[in-house]
Amino acid sequence: MSTEPLATFESSLTDVGVELVRTPAEGFESTLAPLLETPAVGTPLPFEGVSLPDAVETDPTVRDLEAARTGVTAAGYGIADYGSVVVQGGADGEEPVSLYADEHVAVLAAGDLLPDMDAAFDRLAEDVRSGTGQAVIATGPSATADMGALVKGAHGPIDVTVVLLEDR
Amino acid sequence: MSVDDRRRKAERIRHLLDTEGESVHRNTRVFNEGRYESTADLEDYEALKEEARAIKEDAIERLPELLDRVTEAVEANGGTVYVADDAADANRYVTEVVDGRNVVKSKSMTSEEIDVNDALEASGADVWETDLAEFVLQVADEAPSHIVAPAIHKSREEIADLFNEVFDPDEPLETAEELTRFARGYLGERILDAEVGMTGANFVTADTGTLALVTSEGNARKCVQATDTHVAIAGVEKVIPSVEDLQPFVELIGRSGTGQDITSYVSLFTPPGDSPTFGRGEGAGSDDGPGADDERPLESGDDREFHLVLIDNGRMEMREDDGLRETLYCIRCSACANSCANFQHVGGHAFGGETYSGGIATGWEAGVHGQDSAAEFNDLCTGCSRCVNQCPVKIDIPWINTVVRDRINRGEDGDLDFLVEGLTPDEEPGGIDLQKRLFGNFDTLARLGSAFAPLSNWVARAGPARSLMERTLGVDERRELPTFERESLVDWFADRGSRVGPDEARRTVALYPDAYTNYVRTERGKAAVRVLEALDVRVEVPAAGESGRAPLSQGMVATARSNAEAVYEALSPAVAAGHDVVVIEPSDLAMFHREYERLLPEDAYDALKGHSYEVMEYVYGLLENGADVDALSAGDGERIAYHSHCQQRTLDLEPYTLAVLEESGFDVVTSDVECCGMAGSFGYKSEYYELSVDVGETLVDQFSTDDAADRTVVASGTSCLEQLDALLTRRPAHPVRLLDGR
Repeated sequence: MSTEPLATFESSLTDVGVELVRTPAEGFESTLAPLLETPAVGTPLPFEGVSLPDAVETDPTVRDLEAARTGVTAAGYGIADYGSVVVQGGADGEEPVSLYADEHVAVLAAGDLLPDMDAAFDRLAEDVRSGTGQAVIATGPSATADMGALVKGAHGPIDVTVVLLEDR
Repeated sequence: MSVDDRRRKAERIRHLLDTEGESVHRNTRVFNEGRYESTADLEDYEALKEEARAIKEDAIERLPELLDRVTEAVEANGGTVYVADDAADANRYVTEVVDGRNVVKSKSMTSEEIDVNDALEASGADVWETDLAEFVLQVADEAPSHIVAPAIHKSREEIADLFNEVFDPDEPLETAEELTRFARGYLGERILDAEVGMTGANFVTADTGTLALVTSEGNARKCVQATDTHVAIAGVEKVIPSVEDLQPFVELIGRSGTGQDITSYVSLFTPPGDSPTFGRGEGAGSDDGPGADDERPLESGDDREFHLVLIDNGRMEMREDDGLRETLYCIRCSACANSCANFQHVGGHAFGGETYSGGIATGWEAGVHGQDSAAEFNDLCTGCSRCVNQCPVKIDIPWINTVVRDRINRGEDGDLDFLVEGLTPDEEPGGIDLQKRLFGNFDTLARLGSAFAPLSNWVARAGPARSLMERTLGVDERRELPTFERESLVDWFADRGSRVGPDEARRTVALYPDAYTNYVRTERGKAAVRVLEALDVRVEVPAAGESGRAPLSQGMVATARSNAEAVYEALSPAVAAGHDVVVIEPSDLAMFHREYERLLPEDAYDALKGHSYEVMEYVYGLLENGADVDALSAGDGERIAYHSHCQQRTLDLEPYTLAVLEESGFDVVTSDVECCGMAGSFGYKSEYYELSVDVGETLVDQFSTDDAADRTVVASGTSCLEQLDALLTRRPAHPVRLLDGR
């Protein structure tokens, strides 16, 4: 991958208030550690040589979800132009884990970073046709201006961090 | 409209200006500026709009086929599709599905259209709006005032007072953050307790049965995930062919609406989804927040039910209706509301019908609730056209509003009263409102006013005449009436003749004498003649009548067409001779360039559009092609405050005036309001006078800053000049007069 989409991605993320942390796969656990506030919930990560530490609950109860400070999921794609991550999947709980915790940590393989919305929709359409039941293009934290001023963290996370696996 | 009806309407508008105007104005201005900034960043904005438009045109054309396809796709995925004929049919189906269970909803204007909450509550179900703005309105028992930000009319203080009174929290709520946290916690418990999640859909793809939901708060995602049954309600027009077709809309909708490049979440759900669910709720709240005592494991979402309820409710008839069809392309982004000066000031509780608000609402209300609902607010569209370039699917919203106004004029049955018809000069039916008829026939009025000037001016200004006009015609006494000139521009020029011979002329032009320039503001017409001649242009002033703008703005389409035909006949010899047509009044040039496409044969429209120019645009072209700017009056650094005209800006002609004034040595600042608020006859109408002045005050504020207060005020449109003249002590002028040596 050329460095150009990555630079665009990083500046787009900054614009939407999201921190980008880069690491090779083998450094994932030590990179994640300072980002992880417990209690934490997560869903299994599909990247070779990358797994969640034991402190992350992958089979949460309702209480675990509501109490979670951090929720860790994989992201199917990143979209450089917009600073978006695409949260896909269903049965493992990607939707509640990325929604209920105060902070969502999205883990993205560098090879899944796409330049723009055109490229993203080509891939998303393929995914839908091969059975991906849900894909959420998530850009920044949840937000509302309905209460008279912009507030981060409406029904969803207050903070979002993207961990980019440089060699995946 | 009776004098009492006008008074009631004026009172209602005054009340909303006082109570909601400030919040609405502050919020819509943020959205409006955000849209300009966000779309400017988009390299291929125009191409994306074209693409989005083409997708919608195709989808509506093929709608029956797409409805079959989406039904097949959803059923193949394991869901159910129900196409409901109308609101009652939809509510009956949804009520059966819900079966008295607890429902949590995300925001859906279509669900407002059918009043599904009322139907569900009547059947014993608990229904909670989880979008924070909709929640505020549910608690306050109020209707949305904006299609995207429904509580836009409420300030933070008002919401805090409401919550503190209704919920009586231990610590009174004050900040937006406190209010948000409280609502999140309160609704979090409702979400845990719910068994049915109801959403709308911004788009539905026929090929895969995918819903696209454009949201920011995350509540739609929670409503779907937490519950066992997902009910999605959408109008049939939301169906588009394929997942790939979503791309231009995803890039346009947030930018066009609230001015965000993209909203926090664009969910592509292909239901039924398999996210683990909270199953049947058990009243899980406690003092420590929702779910604090809830040790339930999540349950498999494999058995989730999905019901897609597609609502017709008049849409298939709109599809067959040439006047309303384009409404179905609308993606409900709210750009037409946010870019509308009247909406910015008074909001959707006045500028809206039973459900929808803003520019496009006339089309929706006429289509789904009927003409009477549209008639309530249709006149608030002044046809200023500022929404036209803002619409991401390029709907000609002013035209829809004009067509519906015409239908309202003609009554339900379009009956013609042939007796009255025979006695009036226009092409309209007998029942049309007298006020509309008066303004629609401005040409006749101006001709008579000029012929009998100055007597006509004295009579019109006299107190008894003015109160009679207010009572019978709804012409507000507080407005100064135009003063008619005894000698029209056409007559003046016929006596004077052309001062540039055919052989020495750089170009020959026909200067179009619009009704105002011809009978009222003749001085700007004379200035235009002298300026053009100073640049070696041979000028003719043919006796062409009113362009049709006046009747069109009253919804008198047939009269407008007949005026357009007469204007074309008067100007066509000049066009045929290869001469240019120069227009002073921007609203008339906009007729030639936009509305004549609908009023004249195609070749006539093309010919006139191709040869007609706004006067300052034309001067710019002359200077670019070698004419000498020194032949014009020099600005010598004179400080100018310039207000361009709404329709002039829609045609992207403001830059020419600015460039010419600067090249001539003037120091210019410009306004950035969408409209002056006068808008032809609008500001004269007694029911709208106060709104007109309220809109105008925003422009006045911009021209009263430290930097602008001592500047000469200049405006291109007649209406803008009248409004500024009424609200400022400085007397404004048309820019061409600055260039005139006399």
